[in-house]
Amino acid sequence: METRATRYALGVWTLLVVLFLWIPLALICVYAFNSSNIQSWPIAGFSVKWFREAWQNQEARDALWLSIKVALLSTGIALVLGSAAAFAVARYSFFGRDTVSFLLVLPIALPGVVSGVALASFFTFGAIPFSLWTIVIGHATFCVVVVFNNAVARLRRTTTSLTEASMDLGADGWQTFRFVTLPVLSTALVSGALLSFALSLDEVIVTLFTAGAQNTLPIWILGNLRLGQELPQVNVVIFFVLAVTTVPVIIAQRLTRDAGILRRR
Amino acid sequence: MEAGRPLGAARRRLGAAFWRRPWLRPVVLLLPPLAWMTILYLAALGVLFVSAFWGVDAFTGKLVHTWSLANFDTLIHEPTYRTIAIRTIVMAALVTITDAIIALPFAYFMARIAPPRLRSLLFVLVLLPLWASYLGRIYAWRLILAKEGALNWSLDKVGLPTVDIAYTNTAMWIVFSYIWLPFMILPIYAAFERIPDSYLEASRDLGARNWTTFRRVILPLALPGIVAGSIFTFSLTLGDYITPDLIGSKDFIGNVIYRNVLGLTNNLPFAAAYATVPLIVMAVYLALARRTGAFEAL
Repeated sequence: METRATRYALGVWTLLVVLFLWIPLALICVYAFNSSNIQSWPIAGFSVKWFREAWQNQEARDALWLSIKVALLSTGIALVLGSAAAFAVARYSFFGRDTVSFLLVLPIALPGVVSGVALASFFTFGAIPFSLWTIVIGHATFCVVVVFNNAVARLRRTTTSLTEASMDLGADGWQTFRFVTLPVLSTALVSGALLSFALSLDEVIVTLFTAGAQNTLPIWILGNLRLGQELPQVNVVIFFVLAVTTVPVIIAQRLTRDAGILRRR
Repeated sequence: MEAGRPLGAARRRLGAAFWRRPWLRPVVLLLPPLAWMTILYLAALGVLFVSAFWGVDAFTGKLVHTWSLANFDTLIHEPTYRTIAIRTIVMAALVTITDAIIALPFAYFMARIAPPRLRSLLFVLVLLPLWASYLGRIYAWRLILAKEGALNWSLDKVGLPTVDIAYTNTAMWIVFSYIWLPFMILPIYAAFERIPDSYLEASRDLGARNWTTFRRVILPLALPGIVAGSIFTFSLTLGDYITPDLIGSKDFIGNVIYRNVLGLTNNLPFAAAYATVPLIVMAVYLALARRTGAFEAL
């Protein structure tokens, strides 16, 4: 229904936006191969020497390991809590159902610094020392909604007649769950888990408030960016993180197809 | 086989117990997530709110648990904090508007003009930057906008005068708009995609021209998507203190809070009081957004 000129203009606009989104990402990847440690453009020359340096950087390794532990734990907690909540909301109607969804979205709908300072004062006044678990508490809280939204969307699309058929055929509650419900839900859960993992691995705004003196990978990157030190290694680490997060996001996207930010249909 | 039996029996008894009490299932399902969110998140917000009314002894730096409105008094009467709050909110609004303007034509092309394969490709091209390293994307812009960076190099190559916008509010506006753009595109795309073609045909049959159809049919139906996207862009900008730290030179609400919690100032109650500003702004925003049905579009 659009005129030809409109379509053409919209196409050009789309191309420009794609370039806007991707040029900075491409550029940071180029900088990872910069032979100089001065970060100007164009880069002085091509080199992979910083990859070795970054690989041997013990601080970066420790930070990566902590980030992976946190991401695994947060994702695990989010899977249990998010899918339980999804079942309740999608399969039962009860008073305050909308409030439950709202409560779960709240940690990502509220400004990050608010959640951060809230958790910081909670831990401080509760005399809870900062540890791996204080980071996990923060991360799991906003990862729950990612799993929840994926699971709810899938449950809403599948009819309850499948479970009824299973029960009619003599399966008990557990068997129905194990052989009917779980397979239907599995890709949505995997997708939710992958996105939670990616979210946790990258989070820094809330994490700074809940980490104490510990370094997650983003905190290590931020510290160096602030002080302007070890920038060549930082470039390599960012390149590595970009490459690694691409994989779960693409898998999650293939498993489910949807347009929501938090929900794959 | 024999060993499996008692387990099976127990399982069945459990199943029967749940079946006899249908209300039990949602309760058991909801208990863990609600307990987590209440004990760890709502309680934390509660502590935040309460501690905003406490204070810090000026000499010892110790917490004073006496109720007072002193923090809020400082917030209102100290012009610095007012300026910072206004700067943050105006920036959040500007970024939201900018992203909406960039995203609308893009999402429209993606949802209603692009053939299916191109659409999937565009979808991934938007989704990846959304999840890609947040710090990496900010740092990329620091490199681009630097005096010796890629922007000035390109401007120089095409014979234009170079610009010196590193560490300015303009730089922050560009970078904020950049990092949150995918959060605006995706909900608008979803909203456009859900509009049935028959609505547009009906509009045309009733004599509406293209522009009228867009304005009176498509845009109102896309509104929940736009509002959903704006919740993200607005809230993310309000709550970000790292972008101003790395890209700008002026304080945002988040920077003041950060310094009072983790920096030298060390005044948690004041940080809590200042955090109520973005909290209240977002509460109002969410309450308004809820009316447009934006929550279904998140």
